[in-house]
Amino acid sequence: MKEEIIIAGFGGQGVLSMGKILAYSGLMEDKEVTWLPSYGPEQRGGTANVTVILSDERISSPILNEYDTVVVLNQQSLDRFESKVKPGGVLIYDSYGIHKVPTRKDIEVYRIDAMEATFELKNAKSYNMIVLGALLAIKPIVTVENVLLGLKKSLPERHWHLMPQNEQALRHGMSLVKK
Amino acid sequence: MKDDVTLMKGNEALAIAAIRYGADGYFGYPITPQSEVLECLEAQMPWETTGMVVLQAESEVAAINMVYAGASCGKTVFTSTSSPGFSLMQEGMSYMAASEVPALVINVMRGGPGLGTIHPSQADYFQACKGGGHGDYHMIVLAPSSVQEMADFVALGWDLAFKYRCVSMILADGLVGQMMEKVVLPPQRPRRTEEQIRQLCPWAVNGRKGMRPKNIVTSLELDDDKMEENNHRFQATYRLIEKNETRCELVDTDDCDYLIVAFGSTARISMKAMEIARKQGIKVGLARPITLWPFPVKHIREAAKNVKGILVVELDAGQMIEDVKLATECRLPVEHFGRMGGNVPTPDEVLNALKEKFIND
Repeated sequence: MKEEIIIAGFGGQGVLSMGKILAYSGLMEDKEVTWLPSYGPEQRGGTANVTVILSDERISSPILNEYDTVVVLNQQSLDRFESKVKPGGVLIYDSYGIHKVPTRKDIEVYRIDAMEATFELKNAKSYNMIVLGALLAIKPIVTVENVLLGLKKSLPERHWHLMPQNEQALRHGMSLVKK
Repeated sequence: MKDDVTLMKGNEALAIAAIRYGADGYFGYPITPQSEVLECLEAQMPWETTGMVVLQAESEVAAINMVYAGASCGKTVFTSTSSPGFSLMQEGMSYMAASEVPALVINVMRGGPGLGTIHPSQADYFQACKGGGHGDYHMIVLAPSSVQEMADFVALGWDLAFKYRCVSMILADGLVGQMMEKVVLPPQRPRRTEEQIRQLCPWAVNGRKGMRPKNIVTSLELDDDKMEENNHRFQATYRLIEKNETRCELVDTDDCDYLIVAFGSTARISMKAMEIARKQGIKVGLARPITLWPFPVKHIREAAKNVKGILVVELDAGQMIEDVKLATECRLPVEHFGRMGGNVPTPDEVLNALKEKFIND
């Protein structure tokens, strides 16, 4: 098993954290894991992205030409990464603020309304967990149990009381997916 | 999953591995992309557990001289910085080499020259391997390409530094420093006792207690004949290091038609290019120098025995390529591919460069 994923959006949307939770979940399943962020000034309001690779074998490059799964959370990221999905791969995008939808026919495209769901849940900080839930419903690369374990491991202890809210957001995200 | 298997950034792995090695002190000044080393050390607060000192110096010049002082006392000390900061440290590097003190210096390279960018680069290869400071000296230069190696080379670097009384350098780049990977951490070792230091470092300046003659640690020797003698001794040590400590990883070099030589992050990218090439029926192998000094001359020569060409992939304008040409005595075509200024190539760019230079007409 090898899954090459990129998650891209605005700085502040929780892109890097979402990647980190996914990476920790992979660790819980004893997989090889690489997490590579875009680092630098673009994290302050500009676009941010993170590459996560989960594999049963040694991982070669953390820098990739194309991805099995691309998760994009704004128009700039969609424009930049639609062409980087492997043929037959998966593209997941949040409909919020998107005016130019994806056009490729050789990949599976999923639209999720995660931002709207966030407004409904009235919890802006749960946005990335909703997106992660949707990703797992489409591609169950790690189990929900291990995601929750991974989340706990990636959080400092003082935030553990937020675990139930995060689990709720994750499961809500899973329920959003329709092809 | 064991507690000692965890996920962390390369920079954090350096910090944790140093505490666990039983380090006595860290002296450094923050600079991107390696600031997590100091941040992580301060978060760990090892002064409350092992007694290790963590000090943010007022500058890189101060930091390297604090390392020089600690090392002169036989203590296990280190610093970390990134390219512009390493330039500031060169005087100290040369003095430590001439004083034959063991220390660990980490450079997580960023795009230059000048203040440059904060993104990955390998353009300090010459500075690390060919001097940088003045005079005929070398340090052992280790090039990690994974977070696991970031952790492992801390221990290796110190072991070699104490064995040969020289400076070891970990030459990483922003990519290896910033990415997170699974890492198996070494067990916690106690810091050396004063008695252990006396035994391991009989040359150290740590108080005579009336038991031994006076020790002097200095790089100054105004008698030319004695200074030449010192130089002969340094060179003898370097020859011994070349003989015993040269390290290189060879991947699929048995049957390859083309050889890629790359270290650190570019070796990882090249490995993916190699996988893609093999799927296309192009037999590519990889030689990954783990020690940049001493350079793995014999490994490269052996791996290149039956190849049609060598591509040297670096994040610079072509530095290591000189050593590859020397190793192969310019008997076969050696070409360079690189990105600069903080840019990193994709595996496809590497493979296309190989095709353009050797295969396409």
